[in-house]
Amino acid sequence: MAVHTSQSVVKAAGAESARGRSRGTGNPPPPGRLRRALSTHWYAWTMVAPVVIVIGVIIGYPLVRGVYLSLTDANERNVARSIGVNEMPATYKFVGLDNYTEALTGDQFLGTLGWTLVWTVSCVAITFALGLALANILNRKFAGRSAYRMALILPWAIPGFVSVFAWRFLYNEDRGLLNRILSGGGIDAVPWLDDPTWAKFSVIAVNVWLGVPFMMVALLGGLQSIPSEHYEAAEMDGATAWQRFRHVTMPGLRPVSTTVVLLSTIWTFNMFPVIFLLTRGGPGEATQILVTQAYKFSFEISPRDFAQSSTWGVLILVLLMVFAAIYRRVLRTQGDDW
Amino acid sequence: MTTAPTSTARHSASRPAKVRLRGERSPLASTALHLTLIVASVVAVFPVLWVLLTSLKPAKYATTADFFKETTFENYTNLIENTKFLTWFGNSLIVAGLTTLAGVIISASTGYAVSRFRFPGKRGLMWTLLITQMFPVAVLIVPIYNIMASMGLLNKPSGLVITYLTISVPFCAWMMKGFFDTIPREIDESGQVDGLTPFGTFWRLILPLAKPGIAVTAFYSFITAWGEVAYASAFLVGEDNLTLAGGLQLFVNQYGAQWGPMTAASVLIAIPAALVFLFAQKHLVTGMSAGAVKG
Repeated sequence: MAVHTSQSVVKAAGAESARGRSRGTGNPPPPGRLRRALSTHWYAWTMVAPVVIVIGVIIGYPLVRGVYLSLTDANERNVARSIGVNEMPATYKFVGLDNYTEALTGDQFLGTLGWTLVWTVSCVAITFALGLALANILNRKFAGRSAYRMALILPWAIPGFVSVFAWRFLYNEDRGLLNRILSGGGIDAVPWLDDPTWAKFSVIAVNVWLGVPFMMVALLGGLQSIPSEHYEAAEMDGATAWQRFRHVTMPGLRPVSTTVVLLSTIWTFNMFPVIFLLTRGGPGEATQILVTQAYKFSFEISPRDFAQSSTWGVLILVLLMVFAAIYRRVLRTQGDDW
Repeated sequence: MTTAPTSTARHSASRPAKVRLRGERSPLASTALHLTLIVASVVAVFPVLWVLLTSLKPAKYATTADFFKETTFENYTNLIENTKFLTWFGNSLIVAGLTTLAGVIISASTGYAVSRFRFPGKRGLMWTLLITQMFPVAVLIVPIYNIMASMGLLNKPSGLVITYLTISVPFCAWMMKGFFDTIPREIDESGQVDGLTPFGTFWRLILPLAKPGIAVTAFYSFITAWGEVAYASAFLVGEDNLTLAGGLQLFVNQYGAQWGPMTAASVLIAIPAALVFLFAQKHLVTGMSAGAVKG
């Protein structure tokens, strides 16, 4: 019996998926189909059940609640809470899409979104360029290659919050090392984290520093998977180094680079610790990105504005999903699977 | 085969642009290469090294550029005797350890099922795993906070562990799928020939083979929980309950900075993590890109 069932699972793996079939015919499923599907797929479904249940309970339910909260006027004072032994019931009310209209027509959301986009695009672009350059250099053979490689990966190996504090230490305006070096060269102290423009520069620099190692290692893996015959062929055709890079390396890196760009865009867009620990979004709100601002609404102002925070959270998620969908569509029109 | 690589000289004579082969470098290019790498390495290593050096200096020199005037472990003894560092360290260990254990156990079989079987709902599940990985902390933090508050789990390690599972479960499932994909299907088939059920195949044959992959997944999810800042900052209050990410913030706040204990703590947190990481990173990238690139 066991043998029989397991074989049918393997067979099912080769066959077209049930969903594809039902979409193709459009007819209601024939009787007994559910039972057949169950007997064929119950192994798979049992194996994925723990994750499905956990995701449903700890991600799905809070997500639904979050969306609901964004449609209310919930804040610290009107949610259900217990003061001592007294249970206070929730008194917030449903306000429909008011929070969304407020966010989308006000300056704050759009202003923060603008800086978040600048932050994301510049971080990803610079990180990618540096990672690509370093990966190309490290892909050659020369003395001391693995030592350089180790050194360059180091920022990735340090827990993020530790690195950020290290940078705060270097950026310190009065006594930080960077200003000390500048004053050695006779240059005035730079208010790294206290001037809006410098603070923006500083947070981007730290995020790039944190992000380059991953980019470099991933692209290095991509480079090593390009067959060397391609380069040999290009050399025979007399391609210059630049032409080889342009017509062999870049196309060969496409699968890796599309993935890492997608990943690092999403990570950077959501990069909470760098901004939160380095500047807390300051000075003013100059370096506040959407995620840190949403956090601020619910945990740093009084009364805590849960509704506004949830609204921003939902908007961020929608933005990211739209981005991922467009990105994937662009890739698909160019012939990639994902 | 007249244009074999050996005929480069002839080529460069007839073409304006000199074709330099891969691996062939002029001394100038070689210097430039090493110079670039040295600069990049210094930028990469220096902040870390500087924190290490500062941690070994007496507090009065903390913000001076004097290197080896006096070397002392006073920052370390101070950190361990006079602050809650060890408590935070313990809290972080408990939270990250439990998160990793639960995450790996919950998601192992899913990684296998998604790697091997085709079943109705698979596409939906894969998309869910992928999309939940890009959930910003902002979208779940408020509802989870409220739920934890109503269940009395705020400020408790268990509450934080449950919260971290929202990050670690989708991630672990996705990454393990990548590792299972690298194990040849012939092994599954041989298991079936021997009369093993899919569970038996998974448990007896595939899981032992996937041990390195699982170790890497576990390691990475440990590191993620270890370094998490947002939930830890929002959910934990009171010096005794903090994890390291929260504890370090106490040393460096808006009003002043205790760089001595901060740097010593940074070193104690970073060095073990970095050592393990540098050993594991090769497999790490393989797993991540295998999962992500092949879909």
